[in-house]
Amino acid sequence: MAVDLEKVKETMFKLIKDSAGMKKWKATDLHKACEELFGDEYDKRGVGKDAIKELVEEGKLVYTYFGGSYLELPHREGAAND
Amino acid sequence: MPVEKKYETPLLDQLESGGWPSFVKEIKSAAEDNAMANDLLGLLEQSYQEKIGHWKHGGIVGVMGYGGGVIGRYTDLPEKYPAISHFHTMRINQPAGWFYTSEALRTLCDIWDAHGSGLTNMHGSTGDIIFLGTRTEELEPIFSKLTAAGFDLGGSGSDVRTPSCCCGKARCEWACYDTMGLTYYITNRYQDELHRPAFPYKMKFKMSGCPNDCVASVARADISIIGTWRDEIQVNQEEVRNYAKSGLDITKEIAMLCPGKCIEWNGNEIQIDNSNCRHCMHCINLMPKALAPGKDRGAAILVGSKAPIVEGALLSSVLVPFIKLEEPYDDLEIWELIENMWDIWCEEGKNRERIGEFIQRVGLGNFLDAVGLEPQPEMVAFPRDNPYVFYEEYFEEEEDQ
Repeated sequence: MAVDLEKVKETMFKLIKDSAGMKKWKATDLHKACEELFGDEYDKRGVGKDAIKELVEEGKLVYTYFGGSYLELPHREGAAND
Repeated sequence: MPVEKKYETPLLDQLESGGWPSFVKEIKSAAEDNAMANDLLGLLEQSYQEKIGHWKHGGIVGVMGYGGGVIGRYTDLPEKYPAISHFHTMRINQPAGWFYTSEALRTLCDIWDAHGSGLTNMHGSTGDIIFLGTRTEELEPIFSKLTAAGFDLGGSGSDVRTPSCCCGKARCEWACYDTMGLTYYITNRYQDELHRPAFPYKMKFKMSGCPNDCVASVARADISIIGTWRDEIQVNQEEVRNYAKSGLDITKEIAMLCPGKCIEWNGNEIQIDNSNCRHCMHCINLMPKALAPGKDRGAAILVGSKAPIVEGALLSSVLVPFIKLEEPYDDLEIWELIENMWDIWCEEGKNRERIGEFIQRVGLGNFLDAVGLEPQPEMVAFPRDNPYVFYEEYFEEEEDQ
């Protein structure tokens, strides 16, 4: 049985929130972590993609770029001018 | 609204001299009506004086839901140049082959005059339409107007970059497949990958209709799709003779420069040994009325080129020597291959490692094994010089001995 979308969203969000400031997560890192947690029930091309898409569209996560693209909690960036 | 000139720019003024069109002239022209362009002149003059760039990279700005298409820029002198305290770049997905109506261009320019610096690159090296310089709060209004006009943002960051192609069958007799049709299809098929970065690093598709490779896909694209043919070059001997009569030295300029040494000219007819043809297009380019690519046309799929950023430049290697690229594109087998490649690259690739660098690190043989492709002779760049495809049976034979 496929793992529930809300469960994946909650897991991904928690992974990022709990390590904010210490680790930057790429989409592939999130998929790998979810594969470890949910095993074969996790489909990165299906529920995994949808979870990231919804988290970003809900504004809970944002894409950032610092040499590569990452997913982070929304925050004011250091380089920004007022 | 007219903007008062704020800065003297003696160093920039020198760059207006000479016959070549000057970017300074264009910025000055924009600065007459646009405060951002006006402050840009001041900042640029200061940079030339100090030999220091005054820009900071922004990593978060974008439009809601998208992870690409906006490249954040801020000046580190915001008090002195307040109009360009934010100066973000926007990449707009260009139409395949860069075809526009004049009305579409006016629409783009009106949007940009209203919300940005008025300065553009037509086009950036990525192929996108580039809008140079806007503020964070203007990004969503611009995006809204662009989408209403039928445009969308392009790629940036670790995503599928905006696919680009040559003008293909729209304007070129040598196109071996419909580059524009395929580019449009790929753009639509990979919308999610284009707007939501999910790779170790950037992933570029570039489609060229023939081996002339007018979009330089062999040098710039992670996945190069280059038109080719697998039958014989079409020859019109009468036109060949006309070229000779008009002064073309066919032996010196064509036969002797043929990399496959497969052309002979006896003064009356040209003979081509197609089995040794490298499909370089040299003879066809020099005698376009007399020669043409064969009739059995398709494309070669290559993988792994890149410009030098983290490591040195790479050229693409052949992955699929020939494939017919015809509609319906949904039915082509290459999508599964490409998505398998992405899976392996995402699984094992390092951060900021292009797929070509990844293949170099793990070895092409291992990569082919992982994606489920059988090695073929065409994958070897230089026969007998570059044995980077290893066949397992050789090892088995050695073990047996």
